Parts: sequence; structure tokens; C-alpha cells
Amino acid sequence: MADLVENVLREAAEKESKYKTTEVNKDIDLVIDVGNLMTSDTNPFNAKSSRSNREKYLKDLARDNTQLLLNSIWKLPTQNVDNIVVAQLPDPSTPIPREKPVPKEKALTKWEKYAKLKGIQNKKKSRLVWDEPSQSYKPRWGYNRSGDDTKEWLVEVPGSADPNEDQFAKRKDAKKERIAKNELQRLRNIARTNKSKVPGVGLTPTDAPSKEYLGKALSVAKTSTASIGKFTENLPKEKHAKFQGKKRKFQSNIGNMKDEMSHQLNILNTLGQDVPIVDKNRAANLHIKEMEESRAKQKREDPDGARKKKLTGKRSKHGRLATMKRNLKKGRGGGRGGKSGGRR
Amino acid sequence: MQRVVKPKTQRGKRFLQEREAKIFENPKKTMFVKGGNTSQTVTQMLKELYQLKKDNAVMYKRKNIMRPFEDETQLEFFSQRCDASLFMFGSHSKKRPNNIVIGRLFDHHILDMIELGIENFKSMFDIEGAKCSAGTKPCMMFVGEQFDIEPDYIRLKNLFADFFRGVVIKQIRLQGLEHVIMITAAEGKIYLRNYKILLKKSGSKTPRIELDDMGPSVDFSVRRTKIASDDLYRRSLKQPKNAKVKKRKNISRDAFGSQLGRIHMQKQDLDNLQTRKMKGLKRGNPNKDATSSPNKKSKQSTEES
Repeated sequence: MADLVENVLREAAEKESKYKTTEVNKDIDLVIDVGNLMTSDTNPFNAKSSRSNREKYLKDLARDNTQLLLNSIWKLPTQNVDNIVVAQLPDPSTPIPREKPVPKEKALTKWEKYAKLKGIQNKKKSRLVWDEPSQSYKPRWGYNRSGDDTKEWLVEVPGSADPNEDQFAKRKDAKKERIAKNELQRLRNIARTNKSKVPGVGLTPTDAPSKEYLGKALSVAKTSTASIGKFTENLPKEKHAKFQGKKRKFQSNIGNMKDEMSHQLNILNTLGQDVPIVDKNRAANLHIKEMEESRAKQKREDPDGARKKKLTGKRSKHGRLATMKRNLKKGRGGGRGGKSGGRR
Repeated sequence: MQRVVKPKTQRGKRFLQEREAKIFENPKKTMFVKGGNTSQTVTQMLKELYQLKKDNAVMYKRKNIMRPFEDETQLEFFSQRCDASLFMFGSHSKKRPNNIVIGRLFDHHILDMIELGIENFKSMFDIEGAKCSAGTKPCMMFVGEQFDIEPDYIRLKNLFADFFRGVVIKQIRLQGLEHVIMITAAEGKIYLRNYKILLKKSGSKTPRIELDDMGPSVDFSVRRTKIASDDLYRRSLKQPKNAKVKKRKNISRDAFGSQLGRIHMQKQDLDNLQTRKMKGLKRGNPNKDATSSPNKKSKQSTEES
């Protein structure tokens, strides 16, 4: 028994002497960032031994530090991936600057804003749809789409349509128009998010122009010359165009004493008032918007519950809104004042 | 960023998306730029460091006449072109012989840069022995008190770490650790040394480390520095809120490294369980029930009477 113990001990001692140790002693512990495979050693640099044989000194130093880093890596939890041992690294602890700033959240488009307010959610549609004529699945949109009406070789002329009208060209034009409108809306959305001036839609072509539309088109056409319509002649009996652009108005250089006084007095009065002036219309609109938003939120969170409520309580809610608006119109202050006024 | 001009092709769209600011960023790319006039030493050093970082690096090896410390616009233009945010610029002049400028950019504008003079250079090819394979993630050793005390050196340390660390990874192959970069600040100089790791038996689980010189080995002296203001630096360090991945619940690992998950299930409906299909076990056919039940009833009634 004693022999056996001795043998085992001797073997262990031999083994230890055969291999060099993995232990390293340092006066000041290294700061090890395992996530970046990085160590920083703040122990004083031995200038004397460095001068005698710098390369050897640096190599020994590097060896010791590497040993310490790898010791800590070998302690990490490991995993077998395709018969390869990998260690799970923790997150890097050294803060390192980003390459580019943090991405800003994408601004909502006008429609997205509206959909959010109303609680409208996107329905997921499959990419492929069954195409009856070809008896196969085809993309819903894009190249080789199912039900592509621009690829038809025969188009029926509707009874009410002009027989000489090219129905093929009409379809193509309509598509072009839709694309142009979409592009315009995209640009307007960009302009809105950049807070620059949002251009108006202008005149979009229609099949059945109304009287108002024609008037607008006429005035636009008259001013669409190089001289902004300065030399455009009027037709006999033509009425004055309604849709003139707004002219800028400036105050006169020589001040009007009366206006000046009233203007200043107005400012003074508003400053002296204890009770803040409330824009009732704005307040009412804000309140209505808030309510709509909360309802949309409710709808989003609990679609079934909202539907049930809608069935029973739609009318009363509508009524409440209407009365509130009425009250606000009547009363001087908030909703409360309005109620009391009504009682009187 | 919202683009007014839309990319015309899908490929172009993808290309732009790749370059946009992201929550989880691409690995940083490095530009190695040869200046208008360079010496053999500078060219060789640029070449060798480029080889070490080849996966995420570009080399501009023509004469690029620019002085980063005087006018940084050209360098910023280069970074804009190749979407790189780290650079190393080499030049040689009478006033500043064997000059290296190492720096980084934030949002395509210079953040930090430091000018180093090469005092002593030993090429990778002058040193015999095996080299590490391309694209390995190096272990970085920083030695010297200065790296923790002097503001310029603190930033320089961060810059070197940024420059050499390569791709940020979650896992590492233990046998794949084969490259050590040691950067020492001492005696007013900076020593850059590259070693190859040899894993030796130690009698325990962790291996005994031996190092082999690999090169390039460079001694630098610090010349001019341009360091970002604290405000800008803080801005560049800002991380997005949702960059941190939430901890996944109910998942653990056992001693053998296999993944265990806890699933919460609803009570199973045994009535609808599909068992072996046999004629005798069939049920729920309403037609059959309708035909069979009256007979049964009649039987019962006859028995009763």
C-alpha cells in the first residue's frame, strides 16, 4: 500500500517537472478584457534588463501576459461546434468608438402616422397568388405578375366610352399616373420630415373635371408663362380668376398710429391677464385627437375587446364627443364651465 | 438618412444599405495609404501590416500627396469612398523621416490621429519561422504605466486596440489563438512586437504558452498628435439602446454543453389525439350513429317488455 502511494506521488512529481508551469506571478494584477483578447500591464518597466537585452525582455514579458490571458480564456465555458472546441467570449469591456453615429429612427410617412392613429394594422399577404389563366402560382406584383392588365391582347371597350379611344394606351397612362403620384407623395414625405416647405399636389389629371377644377386649371395655365402671366390676354367677358396666388403683404413704412397703439395695447392686455387665454377650438381638437389615439391604442392591444365595445358603446361615445364640442363652443373656459353654463 | 434620389437597382439599394449607420456595425475597415514620398521602410511596414489585416483593409499604393495633419479633407474623401474608418498613412521627408500617421474616423470625419516616427524596423521576412494564418484575431498586450496615466497615451492605447482588434466575436476557437501583438510604452518610445503563440503541454488543462518572433517589429517615437475633443469622443462612444441583447429566459446548459429549455405547455386535448387507425376505434361518424341507435333502442325496449 505504501509502495503504491509512493509510486503515484513520484509519478506526479515527475510529470510536473517534465512540463513547465502555467502559473505567472505579477506584482500588480493585469487588467484583462477577455472579450477583446486584450490585457494591460501597469507593472513598472525594468529599464536595466531591457537595456541589456531588450528583445528577450520584451518576449518574456509578452509570454507571461499571454499566459495570463490564455489562462483566463481556458476558464471560460466551452462548446463543441463541429468537433471544434470554442470558448464563449464575454462582451468586450473596453469602450471603443463607433464607426458611424447611432441610426435615427425612421420618420413615419403621412399614411403611417394616420394608420397608427387609427390603429390600422398591416395584413400580411402572401407573395405568390394563384393565377387562373396560366394555372400556376405567380407573384402578386412585379415582373410576370398574375393578372397583369398591361399584357392583355384584347380589351373590351366600355359602352359609355368613346369608340375611338385607345383602351390600351389609357391603361398604360393610368399606371404611369399612379407611379408619378406615388413618387410625388414620397417626395412630400421627405420634405415633411426635413421640415422644408411641402409642395402642393397641384393639378392631377382627372377623367371628369368639375367646374372648380377647370377654373383652377385655367388660372394655372394663364400664369404658367415665362412672365408669370403678365402678358396673357383675357378673353372677352372673362371673370376675374379666383385662384390667384397669395400676394405678400407688408406693413407700411410710415406707421399708422392707431394700429400701432391697438397692437401694443393688445400685447399689454394679454401680459397683464391672470387667466391664460385658451384657444377653445384648438383645445377641443387636441382632446379629440387624444381620445382617438387612446382608442386606437386600445384597439391595437386588444382587438377583440375593442370590437365588442364598439358594437355596444359606439353611439354613446359619439354622443359624448359631440356634446363636449358643443359645450366647449358655448362655455368660456374648459369643459366644466360649459356644463355649468348649460344648467343656468 | 432619407434619400431623395432612389437607388435604381436592387443591387445599388443593397450596396447603400450596407453602408448605412446600423445598430450592430460592420467590422471597421482600414485604409493603408502611401504618401507622396515614402522610404523602403515605410512601404514595407505598410505592406506587412496590411497583410495582417487583409480581411478588412484596403491599400492605396500609388503616390497620394496629402498631409493629414495640415489638411484632412482628402483622407476623409478616401474614407467616404471605401467606407473605411481606420487609416494608416506613411510618408518620408527630410523633416519627418519614416513617418507613420495612424488614426480613426467617426462618421467620415477625423476623430483621433497620432504621428509616429519609425526608429527601428525589422521586417516579417527578416525573421525566420512560421507566421500566423491570415484573418486571425490577435491577442493584444499593452505594457507600460503611461498607457493608464497620460491622456495622449490613453487615447493611443484605445486607438491601437481599435486598430488591431479586428472583428468582434462571440466565440473563439481555442486552437485558433496564434497571434500576439504587444505594444509597450517605455523610455519615451513605443515598441510594437508581433509573436506567434505555441501551445505546449503543461500537465493540466490549460496549455503552457511559448512565443516565437514573427515580425514585423517596430520601435516608434511619438511625434504630433491630434486628439478628439471630449464632447466629440463621448458622442462617438454613444451606443444605441437596443444594442444590448436581452437575456433569453428558460434556457440553460448542462455539464455536457447541450442546451436545455423549459417549455410551458397547455394541457393536451387527449380527445383529438391521433392514435393508431383501426376500423373498430372509429367514432364520430354521425350517419352511423343515426342508423345504429334506433336499433339499439328497439332492442332495449323489447328486453324490457
